[in-house]
Amino acid sequence: MSATETPPDAPGTPPGQISIKPQSALVARLTAPATQKLILPVVFLGLMALVPLVLDQSSPLLRDATLAAAYVVMALGLNIIVGFAGLLDLGYVAFFAIGAYTIGWLGSGFFAEANGGEGIHIAVTGFAASLPGIHVNFLLVLVAALIFTTIAGMIIGLPTLRLRGDYIAIVTLAFGEIIGDIAENGDRLSIGDYKLTNGKQGITPVDKIDLPLVEPFKLGAIDGRPWFWVALALVALVLFVNFRLRDSRLGRAWIALREDEVAASSMGIPLVKTKLLAYGTGAAFGGMSGAFLGSYLNTVNADQFQFSFSIFILSMVILGGLGSIWGVVVGAIALSFMNFRLIPELRDAPSLVGLDFELTDLSFGIFGFLLVIMMIMRPEGLLPERRRQIELTENLEGGDDVPVQAVKA
Amino acid sequence: MSFLEVDDIQTYYGNIQALKGISIAVEEGECVTLIGSNGAGKSTTLRSISGLTPARMGSIRFDGQEIAQLPPQEIVRLGICQSPEGRKTFARMTVRENLELGAYLRKDHANFEGDLKRIFDLFPRLDERQRQKAGTMSGGEQQMLAIGRAMMGRPRLLLLDEPSMGISPILTERIYETIAEINQQGTTILLVEQNANFALEVSQRGYVLETGKVVMSNASDALRTDPEVQKAYLGT
Repeated sequence: MSATETPPDAPGTPPGQISIKPQSALVARLTAPATQKLILPVVFLGLMALVPLVLDQSSPLLRDATLAAAYVVMALGLNIIVGFAGLLDLGYVAFFAIGAYTIGWLGSGFFAEANGGEGIHIAVTGFAASLPGIHVNFLLVLVAALIFTTIAGMIIGLPTLRLRGDYIAIVTLAFGEIIGDIAENGDRLSIGDYKLTNGKQGITPVDKIDLPLVEPFKLGAIDGRPWFWVALALVALVLFVNFRLRDSRLGRAWIALREDEVAASSMGIPLVKTKLLAYGTGAAFGGMSGAFLGSYLNTVNADQFQFSFSIFILSMVILGGLGSIWGVVVGAIALSFMNFRLIPELRDAPSLVGLDFELTDLSFGIFGFLLVIMMIMRPEGLLPERRRQIELTENLEGGDDVPVQAVKA
Repeated sequence: MSFLEVDDIQTYYGNIQALKGISIAVEEGECVTLIGSNGAGKSTTLRSISGLTPARMGSIRFDGQEIAQLPPQEIVRLGICQSPEGRKTFARMTVRENLELGAYLRKDHANFEGDLKRIFDLFPRLDERQRQKAGTMSGGEQQMLAIGRAMMGRPRLLLLDEPSMGISPILTERIYETIAEINQQGTTILLVEQNANFALEVSQRGYVLETGKVVMSNASDALRTDPEVQKAYLGT
């Protein structure tokens, strides 16, 4: 009901009424609120899908775009936890790790002894079908990653249920670190005869994405386009779910929770369930993206799962605008291009002015500086969510009719 | 058996005991008020009933059902809705969105518009400000919204926590007129108030709380003329 996309401060126009008279049935359908909402995502995704056609199939730009798409999925996931539900999660890397290990375990030669060295193969074709280890089709791995990370998200959420604000941040931070440590030392942890992870050496190679009806992504192939399209499909899926959730009953419960926990609870919003669903959903997206990245980067190794990754994703959310879906998309694209292209390209810039370091060493310094600038110039983010913009630009604390002294008297 | 029976509840904030055995009863259709100074346990009693701060000991029965250990959403589902202390409106949401959240647990969407109209009849000010952000309204208007939001849950028992807090006398009077109207329309009300004058005027019975205990209970008229109550709580 509250989803009518009319601007908030338009006195005089009653909600839900369109003042222009539609000229034809088509125009009427195009101006219907539901269709209007679809136009932007469809145009955006459609244009993005054309990008690989103008690029060379091995273009580094295509690689950057694929990574950016994967990071958009991550950032949209974190946005549900931090932006919608207001639970500051500093350990998002945990879900990246769990998603990546899902494909590491289920889509590589890591468990070489599985099935007496014959390997276990589920719905895989081509080269991988003849290799030892466990090889499960990418789509099934994606589902497994989704399930694993949802459960992990809820488990990580549990101890934070009684906490608020900064304390949630500390607990989630610790969980991110724990998962990172397990990844790093997993080569010394074993279940039966099997190592848990391969530590810093990493699990490699990882199976290429193998989609039904499409020719398998060839090992060593230089065509980056199918990867980009798969990443884009994930973005489309996650965007769709994000929009649907935002306008759903659950979405409103998240926002109510973010605004005021006590009030939300008095309205009958179940705090435990609502929070756990936020953690679970947000984690699931991180896991899906993690599984994709594991396959795309062809390695799952402990060095990938650092605390700085959580901060990187969080910066995307904040830069774009907490809680704003399009803002987060823009933030994720901007920061990943900066990280994977702009900064590496200017790597030698400091030496030109006689300084002895590479610009890439300063990446996080640059992101930090950028965030500080943002907080000063545009604290609500690049494309702010409507509500948050109001908080930062209007005084909402007022509300006492009586001067303080009069109340005391 | 009474509609609401609170029997010897003890409630703690951490290790600090806020309620030291409170027993009160509310009959269906009544308006009952709890008065007392700061820290007497009035709000804590309401929070124990609504499940926000569950009682550690004692029992609370609503319409015959034990609710003391139920989570807040189950208690709301049974028909106990609360306007919390300090109003707690969702500042960045519009008036209408706030009211929609009040009906969060209800399944009967058909009656939603009708209930909304009823709230706007009770508080015409809210009708005018449907699309305004709650946080930009005055304290009195926010209080109206908090009560209206609780009413959207179709309460069988309405809990009101200090509806006059920080509100101008004129608006307080108007809000209390509406509270009386809600009660006359058949909603049972349990009211907590530091400003006892208005509260005792609209309620039929009252309890006086001091440091976590009930020290007096009587008809509201009798409490209003009681010299000790007058001295301590009515400021006359």
